[in-house]
Amino acid sequence: MYSTNGNNIPRIGFYICHCGHNIASIVDVVEVQKYAATLPGVTVSRDYKYMCSDPGQELIQQDIKEHNLNRIVVASCSPLLHEHTFRLAAEKAGLNPYYFHMVNVRENVSWVHDNKEQATEKAKDLARAAIKRVFFHKPLEKKTVQIKPDVLIVGGGIAGIHSALTIANAGKHVYLVEREPTIGGHMAMFDKTFPTLDCAACILTPKMSAVKSHPNITLWTYSEVEKIDGFVGNYKATIKRKPRYVNEELCVGCLDCIEACIYKEAKYPDEFNLGLSKRKPIYIPFPQATPQVVLFDPETCIDFKSHRCKKTCIEACERNAIDLKQTAKFEEIEVGTVIISTGFKTYDPKLSPQYGYGKLPNVYTSLEIERLVNASGPTAGEVVTRDGKKPESVGIIHCVGSRDEKSNKWCSRVCCMYSLKLAHLIKEHTGAEVYNFYIDMRTPGKGYEEFYDKFMNEGVHFIRGRVAEVTDWALVPEEENKLTIRVEDTLIGVVRRIPVDMVVLSVGLEPREDASEIRRMFNISCSSEGFFLERHPKLAPVNTFTDGIFIAGACQGPKDIPDTVAQAGAAAEALSLISAGKIELEPNTAQVIEKYCSGCKSCIPLCPYTAISFKEDIKKAYINEALCKGCGTCVAACPSGSITQNMFEDEQIFSEIEGLLKFAGIELEEKEVEHA
Amino acid sequence: MPDKPKIGFYWCASCGGCEESVVDLAEDILMVTGAVDIVFWPVAMDFKKSDVEKMDDGSILATMVNGAIRTSEQEEMARLIRRKSKIVIAYGSCAHLGGIPSLANEFEKAEILKYIYSDAPSVINKEETYPLTEFKHNGRYVTLPVFRNIVRTLDQVIDVDYYLPGCPPTPKLLKQAVLTLLSGELPPKGAVLAPDYALCEECPRKKTKPDNVSFTQFVKPHMMLIDKEKCLLAQGVICMGPATRAGCEALCINGNMPCSGCFGPTSRVKDQGAKILSSICSNIEAKSEDEIDTLLNGIPDPVGTFYRYGLAASLLRKKIQEGK
Repeated sequence: MYSTNGNNIPRIGFYICHCGHNIASIVDVVEVQKYAATLPGVTVSRDYKYMCSDPGQELIQQDIKEHNLNRIVVASCSPLLHEHTFRLAAEKAGLNPYYFHMVNVRENVSWVHDNKEQATEKAKDLARAAIKRVFFHKPLEKKTVQIKPDVLIVGGGIAGIHSALTIANAGKHVYLVEREPTIGGHMAMFDKTFPTLDCAACILTPKMSAVKSHPNITLWTYSEVEKIDGFVGNYKATIKRKPRYVNEELCVGCLDCIEACIYKEAKYPDEFNLGLSKRKPIYIPFPQATPQVVLFDPETCIDFKSHRCKKTCIEACERNAIDLKQTAKFEEIEVGTVIISTGFKTYDPKLSPQYGYGKLPNVYTSLEIERLVNASGPTAGEVVTRDGKKPESVGIIHCVGSRDEKSNKWCSRVCCMYSLKLAHLIKEHTGAEVYNFYIDMRTPGKGYEEFYDKFMNEGVHFIRGRVAEVTDWALVPEEENKLTIRVEDTLIGVVRRIPVDMVVLSVGLEPREDASEIRRMFNISCSSEGFFLERHPKLAPVNTFTDGIFIAGACQGPKDIPDTVAQAGAAAEALSLISAGKIELEPNTAQVIEKYCSGCKSCIPLCPYTAISFKEDIKKAYINEALCKGCGTCVAACPSGSITQNMFEDEQIFSEIEGLLKFAGIELEEKEVEHA
Repeated sequence: MPDKPKIGFYWCASCGGCEESVVDLAEDILMVTGAVDIVFWPVAMDFKKSDVEKMDDGSILATMVNGAIRTSEQEEMARLIRRKSKIVIAYGSCAHLGGIPSLANEFEKAEILKYIYSDAPSVINKEETYPLTEFKHNGRYVTLPVFRNIVRTLDQVIDVDYYLPGCPPTPKLLKQAVLTLLSGELPPKGAVLAPDYALCEECPRKKTKPDNVSFTQFVKPHMMLIDKEKCLLAQGVICMGPATRAGCEALCINGNMPCSGCFGPTSRVKDQGAKILSSICSNIEAKSEDEIDTLLNGIPDPVGTFYRYGLAASLLRKKIQEGK
């Protein structure tokens, strides 16, 4: 019944790994090795300290040659970690790699049990199931698909910009799609960057211009990915380019139209400055916006509402770039790989009402302060409160929407450092007394601790304690017309009330509101907090579980600028696929047995990868193997058993189950029937 | 006159419908009796066990056994028939898969006997008299067969060569089977003598099945006026067609009733009920637990619905009480 591949009956090599002490300290590996040696089909059984090491792999290869082994079972760690290693080892010794099977006796046994005897029994149990299974293994061939060289990058913050430039400089074409009218993302809003206090604009804007002028980059701002389908190396994307009502080719960013707008005064909240300043219905987000192209806000433009505007803007435009009849355009592109760098959003502090944001006018978010201290910001860098006063004292509250059971549990990683930076900038701009209220100071990073040290000596006050409340209810005359911060100073063990003129909330980082839509569109996963999930936190931090789709920057989790830029490693991953030109697909795919398919369509709606279609001419289901990820959903659901899956054939699974059950002492033999 | 091939028919735990289906051959039965000698057919002719015992081993070309195996007597007869026949064919759903009788595997033997001999509304049994396997009366022994713990399929008791599926098998399939036997060109051992694809393939309503059924409710056939053209599943009526072997030419569906699964699964499926369940459950619209519960209220008897003809042959096989 089993497949022999021309090399006779199964001759199984069984290997159990000590994994140093990881496995051997709980599982009696020698006993498992001896037990396996007694099982039918097992020719060689060994235990070894590190199976994944070169000598470990050579051991397998040598045995394959010497003992003519045709099946290999290794009991060690998770297949996610080393299945590939051992398959490769088997392949090098001339065995089809799919004659190999892996048993996880580390994550599934030694790491989760403390009873040695029972753990050893369980390891035997799993080994036996695998040994029974490999009898039915078959040789499989990998399929290869070509990789199209163009890359789609979604999100034009610093992560997207850096990835785009890396790939474009390597000579490959990039489509950079940005939702906002300009690239630059959050970084463009910052004044200085920690710990060097470089001017953010000074280091970012040259890169923005480089993106715009790069011959290998197609930049589509004010655009969104509408649809994507396909598979690694061969994605088809539809990009929606929202109407700016301005011809991007013609506009040179002279801004004469803005000057000429019928509104003499800017009247509407400026999104880029977080509403701290006003803009006109025709505007450009900020002076260095890239591209240098204005856009209309149809919600506020008179002509869009009443069609009765004098259209002074059109008159002012010498290049006739304004086109009020513009409609959305859809571009279809074919790319081989995708980098998602959609960034983060900041926590909405209204959800922590104890801090008074939205009610007390002089409570700001850290991002608003970034704009306030910025020379090109709404106040040209002058830090003043909403009532126009220069603050004499400022309180910065850390961990708003971070490290908090009530909001977000995670540490947002950047807040301690940017709070220090803002403390310094506020002090520099106003000479105010600045208080930092922190839970723990977290300054891991090159030069970060030194940065902290510097400001401790600069006279910034540090108070350790989570702030209970910000209130304008004065209890003593010193608190009149001030905001009072009530906090337990845990270092001295007293509750303090500290009156200040301005409160800054160091808001944490969160996934974007529409992260889950993006996730579904690109078929990637997210972790429990909603950030996109990497394939492996250490070894594949920019890969996702969907081949050819990579993630970079804060969409994967909170990151500062250096770490974000380092994630242009996603670009390297994309480039490595492109230069390989092709990729091998795992052969664990499902197939419809055409002659048996009754065309009942049960499987059609189930495929999460839309790999199944219905062939109308022959009235049968069909699976596109390049799209199939081998999840097995259709295989289980096919009511007539007419879909099979490589590596998960019934006889393989049933023999494995049988191996487990027999060990547990459940025998489905005649005895059960006997008798009255 | 040279000896014609010998054929036998026997019944175990069954309703008699399979025997009827032989008669349903109508005038074709003359063709059969012309070609073979029927040497054993208790329902139609007078044969005793001792008559069979006297036959040479392997002297019968083929015996068609219908009915499931519940008692020691059926077991004995099955073994005897196996010895005397070159070919044993499990005839009909009960012999093939356990059939309706194997739904009794939902209950313990003691429960069954208690109901039949004490609790059933039509029974008065104050003395709590239960059947015995041996009883002495006036110096004579009376024996009864042993009632086994579970109902089994024929192939769980003896080696079976072929299967004719159906409740009962259609005359067309029986005729084909007999012709195949006489031709001497035998299919591989263990074959089910019917096509190996699901009923949808030959269903006249196939083209009306939507790509995504997304069930919003399940209704039983008597609860609605069923559209005669449209796929029953698309109407919310549980139809076993997708998980059931074809060969009946959609008899029930042509009578505007859903397929109830009597032909059993295809050769590639180990558990027909589990398969149709996993197909149907994957396609329900309901998402929340409450919605799912409401939806499932439309299937009051899941075992009787999904395992109507095949509990004994399924992976479930029988109910085991806790602690046993």
